[in-house]
Amino acid sequence: MQEGAVLEMRGIDKRFPGVYALQHVDFTLRAGEIHALMGENGAGKSTLIKVLTGVYQKDASEIFMQGTQKPLVIKSPQDAQKAGISTVYQEITLCPNLTVAENMYIGRTAGALTKWKQMNKDAQTLLTSLGIPAQATQQLASCSIAVQQMVAIARAVDMDCKVLILDEPTSSLDEQEVAKLFKLMLDLKARGVGIIFVTHFLDQVYEVCDRITVLRDGQLVGEYIIEDLPRVKLVSKMMGKELGELSDIEAKGEAVHVDTKSMPVIEVNQLESAAGIKPFDFTIRKGEVNGFTGLLGSGRSECVRAIYGADHVTGGKVKINGKEVKIKSPLDAMKHGISYLAEDRKQDGIVGDLSVRENIILALQVLMGFFKPIPRAKAEAFAKEYIKLLGIRTASADTPIKSLSGGNQQKAILARWLLANPIYLILDEPTRGIDVGTKMEIQKLVLKLASEGKSVTFISSETDKMLRTCSRLVVMRDRRVVGELSGDDLTQDKIMMTIAGGEKK
Amino acid sequence: MAATNNLQQKTGAKKFGAMLSALVHRQIFIPIAALLLLLIFNLIADPSFFAITLAQNSAGDPVLSGYLITVLDNASELVILAIGMTLVTAASGGQDISVGATIAIAGSVVLRVLCGTNSRPDTLQAPIIVAFLIGCVVSMLFGAFNGVMVAFFKIQPMVATLILFTAGRSIAAWINNNELPIISDASFGYFGNFIPGIPVPTPIFIAALCMIIIALVLKFTNLGLYTQCVGINAHSSRLNGINPATIKFLTYVILGLCVAVAGFIKVSRFSTINYSVVAKDIEMDAILAVALGGNALSGGKFNMASSILGAYVIQLLTTTLFKFNVVSSALPAYKAVVVIILVVLSAPVVREKMLALWTKIAPKKRVKEAA
Amino acid sequence: MSANTVTKKNPLKSSAGLSDTNLLLIITISVFVLMYACAMLFLGSGFLKAQTFFNILNENAALVVLSCGMSIVMITGGIDISVGAVTALVCMCCAVNLDYQGGSILTAVLIALCIGLAFGLVQGFLIAYLEIQPFIVTLAGMFFAKGMTTIVNATQFNVQNESFQALKSTRITVPGMGAVNKLGAYVPAYVEIGVIVAVLVVIILFAVLRWTKFGRGVYAVGGNNQSANMLGINVKRTKFFSYVLCGLLAGIGGFVYFLHVGSGSPSHASGAEMNAIASSIIGGTMLTGGVGNIAGTFFGVLSLSTIKNIVSSLGLDEAWWTNITVAVMICLFLVVQSIVLARKNKNNAK
Repeated sequence: MQEGAVLEMRGIDKRFPGVYALQHVDFTLRAGEIHALMGENGAGKSTLIKVLTGVYQKDASEIFMQGTQKPLVIKSPQDAQKAGISTVYQEITLCPNLTVAENMYIGRTAGALTKWKQMNKDAQTLLTSLGIPAQATQQLASCSIAVQQMVAIARAVDMDCKVLILDEPTSSLDEQEVAKLFKLMLDLKARGVGIIFVTHFLDQVYEVCDRITVLRDGQLVGEYIIEDLPRVKLVSKMMGKELGELSDIEAKGEAVHVDTKSMPVIEVNQLESAAGIKPFDFTIRKGEVNGFTGLLGSGRSECVRAIYGADHVTGGKVKINGKEVKIKSPLDAMKHGISYLAEDRKQDGIVGDLSVRENIILALQVLMGFFKPIPRAKAEAFAKEYIKLLGIRTASADTPIKSLSGGNQQKAILARWLLANPIYLILDEPTRGIDVGTKMEIQKLVLKLASEGKSVTFISSETDKMLRTCSRLVVMRDRRVVGELSGDDLTQDKIMMTIAGGEKK
Repeated sequence: MAATNNLQQKTGAKKFGAMLSALVHRQIFIPIAALLLLLIFNLIADPSFFAITLAQNSAGDPVLSGYLITVLDNASELVILAIGMTLVTAASGGQDISVGATIAIAGSVVLRVLCGTNSRPDTLQAPIIVAFLIGCVVSMLFGAFNGVMVAFFKIQPMVATLILFTAGRSIAAWINNNELPIISDASFGYFGNFIPGIPVPTPIFIAALCMIIIALVLKFTNLGLYTQCVGINAHSSRLNGINPATIKFLTYVILGLCVAVAGFIKVSRFSTINYSVVAKDIEMDAILAVALGGNALSGGKFNMASSILGAYVIQLLTTTLFKFNVVSSALPAYKAVVVIILVVLSAPVVREKMLALWTKIAPKKRVKEAA
Repeated sequence: MSANTVTKKNPLKSSAGLSDTNLLLIITISVFVLMYACAMLFLGSGFLKAQTFFNILNENAALVVLSCGMSIVMITGGIDISVGAVTALVCMCCAVNLDYQGGSILTAVLIALCIGLAFGLVQGFLIAYLEIQPFIVTLAGMFFAKGMTTIVNATQFNVQNESFQALKSTRITVPGMGAVNKLGAYVPAYVEIGVIVAVLVVIILFAVLRWTKFGRGVYAVGGNNQSANMLGINVKRTKFFSYVLCGLLAGIGGFVYFLHVGSGSPSHASGAEMNAIASSIIGGTMLTGGVGNIAGTFFGVLSLSTIKNIVSSLGLDEAWWTNITVAVMICLFLVVQSIVLARKNKNNAK
């Protein structure tokens, strides 16, 4: 074992039928450091973590923990917990029907009986000390997702772990909460805990991490000290592309400018929905790319969902090409040429057990109607075309979509909506949880679509990405539209100020 | 030389293993394997099982008889139900346990229409086709009731259909004022037995017709795609313009139609009805057929041919057991043992283990042989 | 709770509220109380006597035990439809043992427990470790038990064994609840031994589910079994033991049933599994798992049997009326549950 290392993984191999998910990967974590694990989708980060936590069985390798001579045998999450390895996953892995306190202590307390009073008291103390806005006795399902995530972290913190794995913990937290989380991470670091931090947010990596390990295609690219690896270099290591190529892509990000006097494709007047947004106005013209921005929970998604008919609309008017239309369901919207790529890919996007082909043709199929199935040969041709066009990495068109990596799933869903040939395309967080390369491809695609005369609304929490693609931004706060920025006003500072508004901090 | 030989053998074994694995992983493998197993068992135990003879029935018409004919004939209702049950299972991720009870209702309605106010009429009080259509409508209404509970009130299917399961046979009795209607007209019996001059039992034709219809429906509409989508991910189906509630509702109405057809055959077989016994436990058999077909009872992807084959396997099993003089009331025990064996063998966990074992043993064997 | 968290301004603050389990429990209890009160008011005489209530208990002690087991597997997200058939098998085996094989009460009890345990072990193993769908496994279990019952003995017969008869007719008087009959004599209210067993089962299981590791595991597994696994709960073992427990309770329930009817018959307890499921549902257990309460189940059984009693005291004693009312009642409860929960979830989302 290396000096100061708290965890050492050597020569990790993991094979799935047909593919090597991990090939001879080494990983070392030192006590009291925050170690970023970076890589594109399908690079093997998740697999590595699942091997470490005993969800998957490794095919070959050795794992050592501080103070043990023999390699560690981890066959289940319980084994990992016992060895001092705790994990907080991107998706909440708590039980929604239990109380907050129970979720923190279940499965790891000594003794056969639950001491409710003691447990609630302990839990409340810990929650308060970590500043988590939850009550120990409340049912977990009644907490927001962000709070549930924090409860999961509280659980891990309380377990006195030596190794804490945070798998994309920040993807559902807003800035304030992220700051709180980072403070917590630094606290733990000072106590000598080794933290493995998996994230797609580069800013966050440079804010808290000490060291970076980069994976690509299931293989180790290298381990770097953060000071030695500037951002651009990190990105190029992750993508396996040279710097020149990258800056090329960056430079192409030029927002499209459109004639502001032309007839709007979509004109929304005082629309409101049952999801609790205040009435809002919105227009988009042919070939325009605009966006909604705002903090998490500010009502960005709810606005587009109202336009798409996904939430129950309670008032207001929608005009398409100047004609008033009634959109009561997603099907109505689709018939009017609106496509909506939903925020939650797993829940609202993919149809997991169906093949990539069926997932791609789904929207077109629905548009064609119940009694006109697309012939098999045609469907195959469509699938082939879009798999090639978007570079979807899949074994075949018949592979169930759930076995693809996140980014490729997203591309397949994008293919679905492109195939439906919309006049207006709504992309709600299309780049969440996917790798840098795919992110850029999607941005390029958006601009290309706009140049072809389609209108696109782009929603993202990453304002710099939005700035490069959108020519107009609708800013939201507390479920109401608080501003619209375009032209020279489109700067990071201005956006931030509009989002923050009159609130005193 | 020896090394290359060895290598070839190894790759050969691997190929065979892969082929085996592909076959074992095909969904229809389960019912086919079960069917073959049962047929082989019968072949060894008593080949006369396969004998088909042309005899004359009491009316003097030529009819085919033999165990295989019995299997095909008696499986008809089950096959028809399995079609509807497969769709319901796929879309709603649950099963309708009220089909037995609604068969009683449908049968009761048919008889009521045919008998009019008198429970033992000398002549039919309405054309058979009218009675059948009214039976269909009523049965579909009950299906719709289940559908509403499941699709719009979002109640788990097994629980929602528990209502009609409990009340169905009582409703059936109530429809005929708890009397025992008997149809004396011979033509009504054609549908459950034989049409004079045709030696093959009519239910076989009806079942075949149902299979053709569902095959056409699946081919020329998107029923299959929509039900699977809804069953796998209702949220994204909705955002893709499919209304999950409508689709779920639709599958229950379709099952209602299947129930009506099955109920019609059932009452036609005996020209009468016994409310508490007719189609008893058939819901269990229908669910079993779906499961035996390798379809997940939790919904999602389905294979209709597999389900239908599953239904025939179950009837084959029943008939085989009867042939070996198992008392009808003890039949369930034997059935249960066979079912458990089949289900255990087809369980993914077990199959993976067996496959792993096979790949472990196979190469060694080859090496030994080579030596 | 502490002033600290409350005063902190936070957009994510959410109300604590009632948990789903407690909400459904309250609905169940209030419906039962309301129903019984109405019966007392409008149907009068019968329902005013304490003995009527105790008779409901006497009649349904076995159902209480079966429903408790059913609730536990339902909370894990599973189902066990073999319990009714196991009850019949237990009755038949005990009857045969007592009358034809010269067995004693002790051997009969042992037989009952062993049969239940055997079913629980096998079904639990198949469901938990071989991951076969519970519906199919217990369906097969039901068929097997039904068939075995007729194989053991195909016809109904009453047990003559004297010590058993003595046990069967043992009545435990409930002090202070008696009534004066027409002749003016005081008739004390009584319950049968089965009721004591049932009440003990309810109390013990309530405690098990509330305080033990296993009990909390049952809820966790039902809530989300992948999460439960991540939280360090042995999901397979928890599922396994819940079916073993359910099987064991089917054995106990079978004996309680036997004690009440005093005979063996293949048609005993037919449909009991459906009554047990219905009671659990009325008691606020959800088939989707994770939500439920043994106390609720107890009241579920009481509600179900009270409505049956009401129907028969209305003079509609043809069997179909009972069935139809029970069905209507399940229907009502389901709709109420679905509406209440949907509304609650909507409020939480805001």
